[in-house]
Amino acid sequence: MQINRIELPEVCLVLLMGASGAGKTTFARKHFSAGEILSSDRFRELVSGDENDMSASADAFELLHETADRRLKRMRLTVIDATNAQKRDRAALIDIAKQNDLHAAVIVLDPPEKIVMERRESRTDRGSGGVPVSAVRRQLSGVRQSVSKLRGEGFRFVHHLTTQEEIDSAEIVRTKMWNDKREEHGPFDIIGDIHGCYAELRELLCRLGYKDDPDGIPVHPDGRKAVFIGDLCDRGPENVKVLRLVMAMVRSGNALAVPGNHDVKLVKYLRRRNVQVKHGLEITAAELDRETEEFRAETADFLDSLVSHYVLDGGQLVVAHAGIKAEYIGRASSRVRKFCLYGDITGETDSDGFPVRLDWAADYSGKALVVYGHTPYEEVYRAGNTCCIDTGCVFGGSLTALRYPENETVSVPAHSKYAEPGKPMAKPSAPDSDTLAAEYFTGELHIDTQLTPGIRIRENNSAAAFEIMSRFAADPRWLIYLPPTMSPCETSGLPDYLEHPYEAFDYYKRNGVERVVCEKKHMGSRAVIVCCRSAESAAERFGVDDGSAGIIYTRTGRRFFDDRDTEAVLLGRLRTALEKSGFWDSFSTDWVCLDTELLPWSVKAEGLIREHYAPVGHAGVHSLSAAERLLHQTAARDDIADPDGSGGHDADISVLLERTSFRRRAMEDYVKAYSSYCGRVGSPEDIRIAPFHLLACEGAVFTDKPHVWHMETLRRYITDWDVIFTATPYITVNVNDPEEVGIAVQWWTELTQSGGEGMVVKPEDYIARSGGRLIQPAVKCRGREYLRIIYGPEYLAPYGLGRLKKRSLSRKRELALKELSLGIEALSRFVGHESLTRVHECVFGVLAMESEPVDPRL
Amino acid sequence: MLLTITYDGRDTQDLGYLLHKNPYKVQKYELNLGTAYVFYPEVSDTRTTAALLLDIDPTELSKGRLAAKNPGLFDYLNDRPYTSSSFLCTALNRVFGTAMSGRCDKMPELAQSQLCLTAHVYMLPCTDDSLPHDFFAPLGYSVTVEREQVSDAFPEWGKSPYIDLTISGSVRLSELLEHLYVLIPAFSRKHYYVDESEIDKMISHGGSWLSTHPARNKILYRSFMMKRDYAREALERLDEAAADTEDTGVPTDSNTAENEDSSTKHIPLNTRRYEAVRAAVLASGSASVIDLGCGEGRLTELLLREQQLKRVGAADISVSALDRAKKRFASLPEYQQSKLTLMHGSLTYTDKRFSGYDCAVCAEVIEHIDLSRLGAFEKVLFGTAAPAVVIITTPNRDYNDNYEFLSGGELRHSDHRFEWSRSEFLSWAERICSEYGYTAEISGIGDESEGLGMPSQMGVFTKCR
Repeated sequence: MQINRIELPEVCLVLLMGASGAGKTTFARKHFSAGEILSSDRFRELVSGDENDMSASADAFELLHETADRRLKRMRLTVIDATNAQKRDRAALIDIAKQNDLHAAVIVLDPPEKIVMERRESRTDRGSGGVPVSAVRRQLSGVRQSVSKLRGEGFRFVHHLTTQEEIDSAEIVRTKMWNDKREEHGPFDIIGDIHGCYAELRELLCRLGYKDDPDGIPVHPDGRKAVFIGDLCDRGPENVKVLRLVMAMVRSGNALAVPGNHDVKLVKYLRRRNVQVKHGLEITAAELDRETEEFRAETADFLDSLVSHYVLDGGQLVVAHAGIKAEYIGRASSRVRKFCLYGDITGETDSDGFPVRLDWAADYSGKALVVYGHTPYEEVYRAGNTCCIDTGCVFGGSLTALRYPENETVSVPAHSKYAEPGKPMAKPSAPDSDTLAAEYFTGELHIDTQLTPGIRIRENNSAAAFEIMSRFAADPRWLIYLPPTMSPCETSGLPDYLEHPYEAFDYYKRNGVERVVCEKKHMGSRAVIVCCRSAESAAERFGVDDGSAGIIYTRTGRRFFDDRDTEAVLLGRLRTALEKSGFWDSFSTDWVCLDTELLPWSVKAEGLIREHYAPVGHAGVHSLSAAERLLHQTAARDDIADPDGSGGHDADISVLLERTSFRRRAMEDYVKAYSSYCGRVGSPEDIRIAPFHLLACEGAVFTDKPHVWHMETLRRYITDWDVIFTATPYITVNVNDPEEVGIAVQWWTELTQSGGEGMVVKPEDYIARSGGRLIQPAVKCRGREYLRIIYGPEYLAPYGLGRLKKRSLSRKRELALKELSLGIEALSRFVGHESLTRVHECVFGVLAMESEPVDPRL
Repeated sequence: MLLTITYDGRDTQDLGYLLHKNPYKVQKYELNLGTAYVFYPEVSDTRTTAALLLDIDPTELSKGRLAAKNPGLFDYLNDRPYTSSSFLCTALNRVFGTAMSGRCDKMPELAQSQLCLTAHVYMLPCTDDSLPHDFFAPLGYSVTVEREQVSDAFPEWGKSPYIDLTISGSVRLSELLEHLYVLIPAFSRKHYYVDESEIDKMISHGGSWLSTHPARNKILYRSFMMKRDYAREALERLDEAAADTEDTGVPTDSNTAENEDSSTKHIPLNTRRYEAVRAAVLASGSASVIDLGCGEGRLTELLLREQQLKRVGAADISVSALDRAKKRFASLPEYQQSKLTLMHGSLTYTDKRFSGYDCAVCAEVIEHIDLSRLGAFEKVLFGTAAPAVVIITTPNRDYNDNYEFLSGGELRHSDHRFEWSRSEFLSWAERICSEYGYTAEISGIGDESEGLGMPSQMGVFTKCR
């Protein structure tokens, strides 16, 4: 039996077409998986309970169309099992494919009428409601009349199977999308618009390390591949030489190429279609006219075969001549091709007659790095996760390559100004747009981070974060990090403690961490500091141009100080320290981001203390003292009867007195506990800032450095230089060494007995794993007295502690890991010059996580 | 929580009979919310004092039964175990219920006699010193209030929000107990379990004297204050700073209006503002409008009633305000609802859903946006949504001189980030026009005050064709 190969793109919309009884459902089940098939019968059944209920067709098709659309949005092959005999029905489906920039294919099942009718007769599954003979006849003739017109209707692939043998022997072959080169991992050297500048191209390839092989084809000894992003020809001096070289490199597998608008126009010229021979085409044309017909044909075929864009390196890199919108990546339609060739053109022309282009790159928020050319800039233009490498060689600029994944550019200056640009080359603008689009921050969100892929943010959490961000947060351009929540250690096994260091050490020991760092926990407020070297560097790097040169913000992204003067003084002191210590030069940066604790607690919490803690403390001490006094007075009476033990309402005064005295003392300790964290702040001089993480600066996120490095580096460059900045005491502990553990417990005990909040225990490395899984980056271990503030004055009483010991930490710890992943991701994206949207997404995610209801005392 | 009752006179030990509690014993009563103890610190012929001590385990509160449904940090750290609140009244009713009813089989005459009685209420929540006098003096008591500093160590934290209250007078014991029972809850700032049965209790114990009490309205109003708005819980958990004052919460227009109206007469300013906006929307010839920062949807509702407006959008950033708006709209005629699209949206994030309306309204909204974020707002509204007409109203700061309750540059609402003078609004409008291609007409809303303008100012921006 002859095998009938039907090739279909991996992702497309496939219509099965044929009369009722033509065998569509059987065919579909044989070649496609159940999830891929959308059957009109099935949808009728879903909406009405009866697959033959034709009155349900409108509802059924509405759902079917919606489902097809959602699947294509997700890049899923979708098969429509319906008669599709009417042009109207097919048109609606073609529209859906087009809207999703994917091809539509049709497989017509058209066996002889006799077979169809026989099958109709023998059907038992349709009951009495089967399709009438007249309707089947109508369908059959509809199908036959349409077949020849299907291409014209917009089907890219049409397969017409006219015999039962053809149908039975058909084999579906799924072909990869042409633009899908995800398996190519590079490394790549992506080369900008050449426009016939052969000499510069040769020089650039040489700089990049390419050497000619015996055939004169440049080959890279490390197996790197060149990627040409189009506009090989026109305007420049040696177009044919460029064409020859590029074609040879692509054919030998040493290069990839995508077409530019000039290349497409050249094809039209070579195919003798109507084009205006200007804008530099006249030069290429003249050169080619001197070549052989064979070479011209070869050139036309080569350029014609190029695919609008390529998706490379597992989807992390996309190349397209004029760029590409995120929603077009990996898809194929004339709309996508046009965008890749010409960019985001509005169809309007400006006053000089040039087409008006929108800056799609400014809005780009995709995950893949898009490298493109087309618009010449004076220097490489990066906006978000995009990079334009057309630096206008032919206009006397330079020819640029982007080395990937290194993300470095290499340029060679033009040897001459070969052409005059129509208008001056654009200067890359500073990171603009302090506007973010709501659509990326509403509804359920999924955020991929390097540490934890696929973090899901539920809709109600994103809504809460949206509100907080909009109403209270600082300018989002400053928010490049939010700190994760921190779990306490497990509940202590010791009778008089809720938290004790043993459990913290034990946690890390169990997870295979040998060395931990114990840092004193300051009782202040978390503050993230971004400090720039100058207002100019702030404007340049962060795009904030109101003259500020940094910010101090809270763990919820809110400006720490309403009073901008205090903030400016503190930032100024920090800047001076960094200047004096030589930080800027040592780290080759103009900005730094620090994680700190700002003291005293009352700076931020004064309102909280006055409104909540102090009134409770005052009322508690006062009313319990009064009760105690009255009870003493009562106990001192000599006429009071002892309880006779007969039960009833009799109570023992001494027991009550003792209990009340205990409560009064607990209350006084509670007042003492919160009062010790309150200090008078008259001026910024009274403030102390304890930095404990040097998070990031230009080109680096320091989460690859151990905590001791952070402590020592912060000391060397900051806390040694200004008393406002205070070093955090710490010790390192081998959790397997009982002696060291004993010393650490002693350290904690002294710390907490002298009024300290407690300590934070961290694994030696910033990011630690156990068996491949992330483990807590830190656990806190709070002091007995401090915990009164959290759990109430009497928590240590037997009746309190027993209940509290049952607390559960798992939710808190899960959040801590996700927030850690998001925070670090935000920093990495910012340091990697990704778009504001991509950075904000992560920070937004942390805030959303924090709206999860978790016991606030943990 | 603690309360004492002292009887001065002859044979004062009889207080034990009146209270039905033996003065020679310490007695305890298990209640739902803790344990109540009754004991007598002094018993003599001339003076006898009974004490009611209610011992509430604070951790019991945190278990949820007695606390708010969504536990915030302050449900674990609250003042209720130590202060005199409605809990104390529950205990009063349970422990001294018979005495409160005036029944005393052993000494019926004494129970009906006016005695020299003094009650001492410890730590009564009260920030207004005149309240105890207003409440108790008309009932014939002499009233003494003692208030301390909230912290000895930090005098700058000010006075305590609690007082020790002493009232004494010549009354029947049952009356004293009823007075305390009804009036103590009227001092509390928060009521957690107000339901209809509370009204019954109040009528049964206060019916005879409350109806003629000069402060009757105040007492009733304070006793039946609405339950706390739980919708704010998520916000509070996220941001302690937002939680530390109640009023940084949702900016409701009613809140502003209440303040402003105290000095305007006739039609409330808010109504006039909505009327002005509505008229301007209609005059612009718009067929569709979006109310940006719709809050509870009061203006939106007015706009929905206009036949000229075929499509109405409404957006707000506050989830709780939107919930209230949703409730409001649910009762509208179906046709009006079909014209409406309600959305959770922010004015500092560009939003496709804001596009496609002829007109956008921002009534008393921009002053809730930080000045540093106003640039983003401009881009969102004038740059991206860019409707043909934009109507903006905002307070006129010049006019604040007329408000007695605002002193020293204070703003009208605690969530206002700024309030503009007329010239500041004008120069902002001029910049918007030149930057985004609009023309603007500025006017005022409300009664004009000489030299200060009108309380609200309105800009109608029209896009240049």
